[in-house]
Amino acid sequence: MQLLRAILQRLLTTAITLIGVAVIVFVVVRVVPGNPIAMMLPPGATDEDIARLTAQYGLDKTIPEQFLIWARGVLHGDFGTSITARQPVLDLVLGRLPATLELSLMALVIAVILGGIAALTGTRKRDTLTEAGIDITNGMALSIPDFLWGLLLILAFGVLVPIFHISGRVTPSLELPFTTDFYLVESLVRLRFDLWLDIVSHMFLPALALAIPLAAIIGQLLKQSLKETMHLDYVTLARTKGYGENHVILREALPNAILPTLTLVGVQFTFLIGGTVIIERLFSYEGLGNMAIDAVINRDLPLIQGIVILFAVIFTAVNLVVDLLYAVLNPRLRHG
Amino acid sequence: MADARALVHRRAGLRLWLSAGWIALVAAAALLAPWIAPHDPLAQDLFLGRLPPFWMEGTEPGYWLGTDSLGRDVLSRILHGARIALIVAVIAGTLTCLIGATLGLLAGFLRGWVDLVISRLIDIWMAFPPVLFSILLIAVLGPGLTSIIIAIVVIDWTRFARVVRAEAMAQGAMDYVASARVAGRTRIGTMLREILPNVLPTIVVLLTLEMGIAVIVEAILSFVNLSISTDDPTWGGMIAEGRTSVHQAWWVLVFPLVTLFLTVLAFSQLGEGLKDRYDPVLQ
Repeated sequence: MQLLRAILQRLLTTAITLIGVAVIVFVVVRVVPGNPIAMMLPPGATDEDIARLTAQYGLDKTIPEQFLIWARGVLHGDFGTSITARQPVLDLVLGRLPATLELSLMALVIAVILGGIAALTGTRKRDTLTEAGIDITNGMALSIPDFLWGLLLILAFGVLVPIFHISGRVTPSLELPFTTDFYLVESLVRLRFDLWLDIVSHMFLPALALAIPLAAIIGQLLKQSLKETMHLDYVTLARTKGYGENHVILREALPNAILPTLTLVGVQFTFLIGGTVIIERLFSYEGLGNMAIDAVINRDLPLIQGIVILFAVIFTAVNLVVDLLYAVLNPRLRHG
Repeated sequence: MADARALVHRRAGLRLWLSAGWIALVAAAALLAPWIAPHDPLAQDLFLGRLPPFWMEGTEPGYWLGTDSLGRDVLSRILHGARIALIVAVIAGTLTCLIGATLGLLAGFLRGWVDLVISRLIDIWMAFPPVLFSILLIAVLGPGLTSIIIAIVVIDWTRFARVVRAEAMAQGAMDYVASARVAGRTRIGTMLREILPNVLPTIVVLLTLEMGIAVIVEAILSFVNLSISTDDPTWGGMIAEGRTSVHQAWWVLVFPLVTLFLTVLAFSQLGEGLKDRYDPVLQ
């Protein structure tokens, strides 16, 4: 009962958050100087043409009126029409979402692997120079944001030792037989490993840049929890039973130490998704973030709104899932 | 074992001094740029385009770190770029800190509807992708130093508000606060005289970290070409130019990038070092 009430309360605050985001972005976008309609018409356009098109996009009404019209559309799945591309915003945004999702998830996987290795190695070799080395590396990785890692990776593996692609999502000259926009997944499903390799080689550096700070956080927190768990009685018991150090860490300590890391990863994952905006720009990767920056530069108001709302929905959804997971996994909260 | 621990401890002190030293160096460069820069950072000379740094072949004396494609001196531009980086770090960092910490303190100590409103605002802010939000704000405010500072304050106040709110809440539940109230202090008095001093170490650490973040945000906005007018040399602007010609003249990208890297690292290591030394809360 209590869990149910907590969930309902949580859903309500989520709804308030999303409405708040919608209102703010709507107002901010509308005080942007520069007339998007004038920008999309050829230089010879008359004032009449501009007025007609302004009315067509509903930009001649007051901001609250515009908001209500827009909100009613959104509830029916209509996010308006992009001013530059002249296509429905929803189609454009959903077309780019898979690219960003694949990039974010790949980054998450890399972060979990790197962070996991760092934490396990640090625990296995605790109180040695190896642990000190891991701590220093973690500290560095954490201090430098993804944008700088991206630039350093471009320099290292795109220019000095050019083994990865540093621009785009796939080599443009390749024929793509895909029917969805999930290139990475679909190339695997279709067993086109040549394409898959090309796509991975484009995604790897941007994903790594996004992953490094998160890997450091996972490494630090998981190592800390593991080291605390290693002092508990049941771990000592397992050790006296004669189990080796590796077994004790992986089988006994890890399952109990992983919960705090799990919840933190959820929150940090939203930061990672936010980071895709600039990383996609840096690597000319055709995802949502890159489209968003173009939309701002082109003053494409409906498109900006659509993308920001979509990001907000993703963020709140990730947070919601993490909170629910935590409530389900943590027995104290379930009965509290 | 003891060796490793001693090493870590010594490293912490060294880290504090190294980062403070680098920041002092950047500050000196920013203050003295007009006098110590060997060239005018804006002077173009197409005959001197893409000169390599001093240890390579085909250099021109006086251009230590080479020139960019328009023949502008890279070293002079980095020195002048330090001014904008530092102005943004100090002003945007301090303003963000003042606003964020005040709201956090109010929410955490007064609770009630104040907390409700501020917490909802934090939730809403956390649902925006920050880079996109800052680009949008610059599009609204127009390019320029003031716009960048405003954008950073508007976006990052939640960093302070969240931590300070939680901390003020924890402190507010402690006995000494109750005794202060019994002894006749007003609520505002308790907040400023009792809670604030206890939260201050946390705030100082966050401020140091925020300065590093502000430098990065300025670089990102310059990179997207939305920062200052293209006349003023900024590290981010130099990096953006360097990125396009990295195959022809790597030094145009590398030197500002290394400077930015070290500066951001220094701010964050300074913050971490202060945290380890003085702040029992954030550790």
